[in-house]
Amino acid sequence: MTQPATTAHTPAILGAGTRAPDFALSATPDQVLRLSELRGRPVILVFYPADWSPVCGDQVALYNEVLPEFREYGAEILGISVDGVWCHAAFARDRHLHFPLLSDFEPKGEVARLYGAYRAEEGTSERALFVLDGDGIIRWSYCAPIAVNPGADGILDALESIVAKSAPAKAESFRGDAAEMRP
Amino acid sequence: MSDAELTPPVSERDHSAGPEDAPVTLVEYGDYECPYCGMAYPIVKRAQQDLGKQLRFVFRNFPLAESHPHARLAAEAAEAAGAQGKFWEMHDMLFEHQDALEAEDLMGYAKSLGLDVPKFARDLKAGTYTKRVRDDFRNGVRSGVNGTPTFFVNGSRYEGSWANEKAFIHTLHEAAQQSGRGTHTTADANG
Repeated sequence: MTQPATTAHTPAILGAGTRAPDFALSATPDQVLRLSELRGRPVILVFYPADWSPVCGDQVALYNEVLPEFREYGAEILGISVDGVWCHAAFARDRHLHFPLLSDFEPKGEVARLYGAYRAEEGTSERALFVLDGDGIIRWSYCAPIAVNPGADGILDALESIVAKSAPAKAESFRGDAAEMRP
Repeated sequence: MSDAELTPPVSERDHSAGPEDAPVTLVEYGDYECPYCGMAYPIVKRAQQDLGKQLRFVFRNFPLAESHPHARLAAEAAEAAGAQGKFWEMHDMLFEHQDALEAEDLMGYAKSLGLDVPKFARDLKAGTYTKRVRDDFRNGVRSGVNGTPTFFVNGSRYEGSWANEKAFIHTLHEAAQQSGRGTHTTADANG
């Protein structure tokens, strides 16, 4: 990716090449999701300021519609905000969301801070995107102006480049397997 | 993202109204059930009247189907009408009846537009235009469409507020001037 994480208007969010800090956050009132459990496939982390706010709503609605494209790359997508699990549950039900929303609720914003994506003054996360490869390395990150829906094109470009890089290795291993299986 | 550029560019595949060589091409990514697209609809109409032959208008589908449960079928209905030469008639009909987009409503519109209704019904039932609508959506996402309506003026995403009609139409006039072609080029170049 040649497109840098825009730094002009943002604090330093973690950039490409950095190992993504592991975390465990509640996905539902009785389920905890640990990032490292998703190792082996690309992961999209979507930090956003708040459930229900107009731009966030548009943003999650868009990602909800783009899920089939994300899945074509084998990618998982996780939304993260400081809202509580019950708030997330209501929001996800209202918007028919088909991907998990994680609660960075207690200690508040701890995970957002780890990624450099916390707005201490407002007490919310930034509107920040991270695309991780299957090894848990950040391959692309972007912090949008707080009122701007960053869309999905940057995410798809990043996924495309991750898959393109890992494809030759995979192809080799497939060839290896095939050779071994030959009588 | 900023600096969003339209990909792919407007082509014969698109539904367009206005001269092919108009100095301004306005592309809308829209959703027939989206209330904001409904609000933009008369503004686009007035822009078309105001700019006349200076403007070519293109509509591409961007149904947010989880939010708008009728949007996808409505988009396919416009495509099915388009296959019978009545895309814009159906496009207008849908935007003028955003609160009545059930399957039987669509059949009624097909009838009132004089379409071959059995063929129209077959196309919807068989999902003949499902892929076409999804392709529009995917291209839109890659072009930086992040919600509806999103407009592109001569290939670049319009970052201003379309709801400010005066500024929106002014931008289109400016684009017409900047494209360096006056109003005199449309006579013989449209074959």
